[in-house]
This record gives sequence, C-alpha cells and structure tokens, in this order.
Amino acid sequence: MPITLKINGAARAFDAAPETPLLWALRDEAHLTGTKFGCGVGACGACTVKIDGEAVRSCQLAIEDVWGDVTTIEGASGTGKTAALQAAWIEHQVAQCGYCQSGQIMQAASLLASTPNPSDAEIDDAMQGNLCRCGTYPRIRAAIHAAAAAPSQD
Amino acid sequence: MSRAGKITRRGFMVAGLVVAGGVGFVAWKASETPDNPLTGIAGQATLNPWLMIGPDGPTIIVPRAEMGQGVQGTLAALVAEELDVDFASVRVIHGPPAKAYYLGGAAIGGSLSMRHYESAEKMAKYGAMLDWLPKILSLQFTGGSTSTVDAFHKMRLAGATAREALKEAAAKRYSVKASVLKTENGEVIIPDGTRIPYAELAEEAAALPTPKVELRAPDTWKILGTSQMRPDMPSKLDGSATFGVDVRLEGMKFASLRRNPHLGGEMISVDTAPAFEISGVDEVILLPDGVAVVARNSWAAMQGANALAPEWGASTIPATQDEIFGAIEAAFEGKVNSTLRDDGDLDVLAPEGAKVIEAEYRVPYLAHSTMEPMNATALVEGERLRIWGGFQGPLLAARNAAKAIGFEPENATAEVTFLGGGFGRRAESDFAEYAARVAAHMPGTPVQLLWSREEDMTHDAYRPGAIAKAWGWVKDGQAGAFDMKVAAQSVTGQAVKRLAGISMGGPDKSLSEGIWDQPYGIKNYRVEAYKAALDVPVGFWRSVGNSYGGFFHESFIDELAHGAGVDPMAFRLDLVRGEHAPSAAVLQAVAQMSDWDGARAANRALGVALTHSFGTAVAQVIEVEEVEGGAVRIVKAWIACDPGIALDPRNIEGQMISGLIYGLSAAVSGEITFADGAVDQQNFPDYDALRMHNAPAVEVRILQHGGEIGGIGEPGTPPAAPALANALFALSGKRVRELPLRKQFEFL
Repeated sequence: MPITLKINGAARAFDAAPETPLLWALRDEAHLTGTKFGCGVGACGACTVKIDGEAVRSCQLAIEDVWGDVTTIEGASGTGKTAALQAAWIEHQVAQCGYCQSGQIMQAASLLASTPNPSDAEIDDAMQGNLCRCGTYPRIRAAIHAAAAAPSQD
Repeated sequence: MSRAGKITRRGFMVAGLVVAGGVGFVAWKASETPDNPLTGIAGQATLNPWLMIGPDGPTIIVPRAEMGQGVQGTLAALVAEELDVDFASVRVIHGPPAKAYYLGGAAIGGSLSMRHYESAEKMAKYGAMLDWLPKILSLQFTGGSTSTVDAFHKMRLAGATAREALKEAAAKRYSVKASVLKTENGEVIIPDGTRIPYAELAEEAAALPTPKVELRAPDTWKILGTSQMRPDMPSKLDGSATFGVDVRLEGMKFASLRRNPHLGGEMISVDTAPAFEISGVDEVILLPDGVAVVARNSWAAMQGANALAPEWGASTIPATQDEIFGAIEAAFEGKVNSTLRDDGDLDVLAPEGAKVIEAEYRVPYLAHSTMEPMNATALVEGERLRIWGGFQGPLLAARNAAKAIGFEPENATAEVTFLGGGFGRRAESDFAEYAARVAAHMPGTPVQLLWSREEDMTHDAYRPGAIAKAWGWVKDGQAGAFDMKVAAQSVTGQAVKRLAGISMGGPDKSLSEGIWDQPYGIKNYRVEAYKAALDVPVGFWRSVGNSYGGFFHESFIDELAHGAGVDPMAFRLDLVRGEHAPSAAVLQAVAQMSDWDGARAANRALGVALTHSFGTAVAQVIEVEEVEGGAVRIVKAWIACDPGIALDPRNIEGQMISGLIYGLSAAVSGEITFADGAVDQQNFPDYDALRMHNAPAVEVRILQHGGEIGGIGEPGTPPAAPALANALFALSGKRVRELPLRKQFEFL
C-alpha cells in the first residue's frame, strides 16, 4: 500500500518501506536532493524540512509517521520569510561549501515564524542543532538578523 | 644491477620526488603543450582552455574543486578582470578534468624546503622552473592553498589574450588597427562608437594565433581587489546545487558500504542472508575488506549493510592508543628525518643566569568530518568507467578507480561536482575506488555508493597524532634558545605513495612545518623532525603539518615569554620585527584590534598566536571568559592576515573565520582514538565541532604587503589552537600541553 504525502503542495505516493525515513524518500525516491544527509542520527540538522511549518529532522521521521504537509528547500525557496532569508544569505555571502545551508535556512525560517525578531540567545537556541563544518556561524547570525529586519514580502 | 635500479639512477630527484624515465623522455613530455579539452563544443568558440564564448555570453572554466573556499569566484574573476566583462554576466563551470589544468610550478614552489616568509620570490622562480613536473604527472589538483597562487598569472593571461584576440578580430572586420580599439563590458568599441559584442567576434578570435599581451597593473583593476558575489551562492541556497551525493542518473541504484572497522584488516566471511530481509535490498557485493549492499535507496542499503555480522580479520595497525603513541615516542630514538632550522648552537649549555624551560606537547589523530559523507557515483559500460563526485584530484581519482577494477586508466573519466567540504579528505581516491568496484559488479547500471557517517568517520585518512619535545632558555627578558623535536607519521610520504604510487625520499618538510619555517629571529633556533614508523592511514588535513606545528611552536613561544616575564605580544614582536615585517604587522594589527593592553574584567583573558603558512602570515587573538560554575566561553577572536595581495576581501575574511573555527573545533573537542586497531568515534555525538552557541564572534583585518600572493584556505587554522590554549593559560594559570582542551577545561 503506497504512502501518499503532500510535498511542496503536491501529493506524491511512495511505495518504499513505510519505515523509510522521510529524508531518503525525498532524496532517493522523489529526487528532491536539496535536503541533505549528514549524520543519520539527528545530530547535524542538514536534513531539516518543515512539516506544517515546523522544523523537523527528516532523517528521524518514517514516512508512515509524517503528520502534515512537507515543505523542502525546493518548495520554500522564494516564498515568505525564506525569500528574505535567501536574500540575506546572498547579501552576507554566507555559504561556503553550502552543504548544510538548506538545513540552516529551513531551521532559520522556522525560527522566524515563531520569533520574528530573535535575540542572539534565541538564535543560539534555535540554531545549535545545525552543524556547519565551514564555520559560517557568524554570517548566519548576521543574515538571520537582517532577514528579521527586512520588510515582509507576504 | 637490476633494470629498475638503472632507471631510478637515471631519474630526477626533485622536491623529494623521484621521476623515473630518463632525460630524453622527461624533456619531451615537458615541452608538450597539453591539448585544449574544450574543442568541439557546439555553439561555443573556445579561446583557450579557460574560456568559451557563445551566444549566451562567456563561460569561464575554473578547473579547481569548489569545496567552500570560493575558488570558483576568485579564479573566474582573474579571467573576467582582463577580459573586460561584467562579472555577474559570466557563467562558471569546473569543466572536464584534463592535463591542461595541471597545478603549475608556481604552486609547486611552495613545496620546496625554504622559509616561505623570506624566500617567496625565490620559491616562485624555482617553482616556475619546475613547471614541467606537475605537467608530466597530470597533476590537476585542488589543495595546499595553491589554486590562486597557481592561477594568478595564467588565468589573467587567459583573459588578456582572449581580449586582444577579440580586438584583432574586430580590427580585421572593420579594417582598423587593433591599437585604436577599446573593450568594455563584453564588447569591443571601434573609434566611431560602434560596439560589437564579444559573441559576434568569438569564432574569428578563436582562430587567431595567441597574441602577446601585458597584464594590467593592480591599481587599474575593477573586479580584482573588490569583494564579488560568489557565482555558486544562489544554487547553494535553493537546493539546486549538485554535490556528489546529488548525482541522479537514469536507472541508478544506491549502495552503501560496510568495511572492516579494524583498519587494514580483511573480511574473513559473511552470511549475506540478513541483508535480503531488508525491504528494497537488491544485491550484496563482497569486497576484500567488507561488503557493499545495493538497494533502491541509500537507507535500505545502509540497513542491509548494518544487518550483517561479518567475521573480521585483525587490524594491521597497532591495536591500542598507547601502542600507537608509543611508536610515535619511539621515533625520537631513531634517525632524524630533517633539521630544517639550525641557527646558532644548541649543543651548548644555557648561560649562567638563564632560565631553562622544557615542555612536551601532544596532539591526537583527527578526522576531517566533512558535512557531506564520502560518496561517488560510477558506471561501467564495456571497458569504460565513468565516475562522478567531489574530487580534489579528479585525474588521480579516475586513474585509481580504473586500476581498482583492472581497467586501463585512459578508459576512465571523472566529472567533478561541488564538494560538501573537502579539508583534504577529498584529495583521497578511496571513495572513487570503492564506487568503481561496486559498479564493476553491475555493468550498465549507474550506482551511487554513499558511506554512512559511521563509515566515513572510521575510515578516514586521519590528521596524524604528534609529539613535540622542547627545550629553551630565556635571559634578561629575551629568548636565547628554542630547540624543538617533533615526531609524527609522514602524511606526504604515505599519501603520495597511496595516491600516485610514488615513493618519496629524503626529508619531509611538512613533518615539522609551522615550526621550522616561522618568522622568528632567535639566536639559537633548531627544529628537528622524526618520522614515526606506523601505518595508521593518515592524510592531508586542513593546513597539514602546520595544524599541529602551529600549536607546538606558539605554545612554547608563549611559555618562553611567561618564563622571561615579558608580555607574550611584546615578546613575539621583539623576535619577529627584525625577521619579517609583514608578520610583525599582523601582530600589531591584532594587538590594536583586541585592545591587547587595555583593562579587562578579571574573569576574561586574551591569548595570541602567529603562524606563517602557505605564504600568508596570520595572527589571532582569542578572548576567553570564565562563566558561573567555572566553564569557559570563547567570547571573541580577532584575526589579522596578510596574503600579499587580497583578490576578494570578503571571501578572504570568510576563509579566515572558517579556518579559525575549524582549528578551534579540533582544539576544543577533536580526538580520534583507537582500540583493537579500530576508531572509537562514530558520529557527531562523539566527534563534534563548534556550533552556533559556542563559536566566537570574529573580526578580521586584511593587510597587503604586496609581495608574492599567498593562500587563504588553510592559514587561518594553525594559530587557532595555540591562541586558545594561551588564552586559557592567561585566564587560569594552567598550561595545557595536550589537545583536545576539553580534557582540562569545561567549555560552554
């Protein structure tokens, strides 16, 4: 029995094993490769997607347990606060290797949705699960502040 | 005498490499101009190996791996500057791996055993004379902070010769002299004001002989010297950038690897049945040292691999941590590998009234832990092998992957994607070789072999552990002697043998780099290196020997300063000022930026370190704070660097911050340990790095003394650990001589 999920606004059926983590269904079955594999144990944040607007580690969630609409970086790109974050990421030239940045942006978008004008401490709290081996943290912090201050495009 | 012996005797000995084959062969190969690999691309006029112009504008080929260091932007800007185009209008691609893109002698000069800070011009000159060496080795490579050094001349030349050829084509068409033509923004302008887009002239220009040109003076640059938008940035923010792990091909299968964790050991036997109980598993492929499981997706493949319980053979490396460090320790009793600094006389006793200081330092093995775990995608069709992935050395990767499956090297091609971090790890070709082995079992089917994080961490080519023993004395507030011996495995020796099949002879300058080559003037100054006889797999790790050499050198300098009762900043400036002015200038800059002499709260303190590496002087000051409960917070870091010429200041700033945080992550928590010849650490929970909440705020200042250009990707790393350890000493009075620091301090 295929499992049907709503991903980036469109329904999609998966016939992989129901316990398959969402990460792999997205990447290897749906070929939505913007969401990244880093650790497989929920310790790096590279696989972050949104489910009903909330940031979730997709490597830790079986497709049979997905409870709402899934948004990946491909779907979030250019919309709402993600657009402001992407613009700020460009303005501050944040990404280096770039591998973790989909997850960083998805996590930051979730932060801004609940905390439109976060303090440094709130950024620390929200973002410390997202590892970046290039050490782009200072620019991520600056870009989040810039995106928070940007006029909403909604 | 054996035939092999004769060939070796006729070979060349250059920079520690033996190139066999005889004088005639080498001279012939060296005089060859490699073919332009861009011929026959539809709709594109090829002006040289670095530039194509089509109806949609210029495409610049940057044949270096983009692993975060910004090489695709900076190298493309070299061409764009001379070509006279709007930088935002150019498309940048890696292009096909080819001999034409060999890493030239200008960069090879950096491998010579000379003190870079005083010999930069000489090294560049000798390097140019050695240009034939990487050319005959087909050494297309990204690493060693060499890309910009290598490209600085030749890619500007590529832009300039193309621009002049475009003017000549316009001159012919309009029957005017080329000298009256101007160029601007991708167009040739003839005296009556008519503007002709480059695209209209490109075919004719490509057919002309390469004109002689002069490069523009830096004070006329419009693009270089100014921060540019990275061309790779937008695609890395919307999920569309293709990393190795993102390659998707028609009919592709996904595979995962499970190798013997006991390093060097084989697989004795395995019952493959449990893997097939995992839904989605198609195949189990037996390898000499493990298995690969092929499935419909990577997760099923990893589950299948984890379901197996192979019987593993014993490791070929010493079993325990103690035995490994015992072997490093034992190297001090053996033959000295190099004495690359030997100023004054260290075989005399300290004079009366001098204070003698002795110390021993130790650093652990380290993993690279790139964000993107190792992976490659391979396809075998008949006798041909195609391979896709993030390769720092694509020609070597293709060749070694072909050899792994018994194919002819010329039948293998590699395509280079973005790299989700490199740091030296992707200079290896093991991930290409294993992918090829799996693909060889399933001809006609492309297969992506993705390592789990655990496989990645337990099968790295590690930064070697190292020990230093130091002796010195101070008198009247001054350093009188600095005598340091260092022992470690030779990364260069092992990796060059593994990757290129070439045995390195003689001294390995990287064993003690960051120590012997530092810009200090000390009357009695000696640095000896000892090679540890161990075969733990070791590899190039961001800044290589400097990564521990910087810690050893700058910790001991700090100990000498405190022993002399002199402020560590003033002590360093005294020793550096007369030896290398740009290094003194970066010290003065961080002193000023950090308000080094200013008043500070009692629970805060500063530490400083200076390392000159890859042609770039970097000084760092780190501020630490003791918070309630006794834990330490790394508050702030100030960095001043001098790469000679700053091509893209914002990118250099980013690399300095990145190098610092990479170095601090290792200094605070990085440690790989061994038991039963296997690595203990498995994943980020037990091999973590700095994160948003514990990374310091950073300020960077870039100085430009205007000499030879230096690298930027690595020099930010070496001073980080000693600056932090020196700050902790200033804060607590406790001198920590062993990394990681979390063993002695609790960090936030």
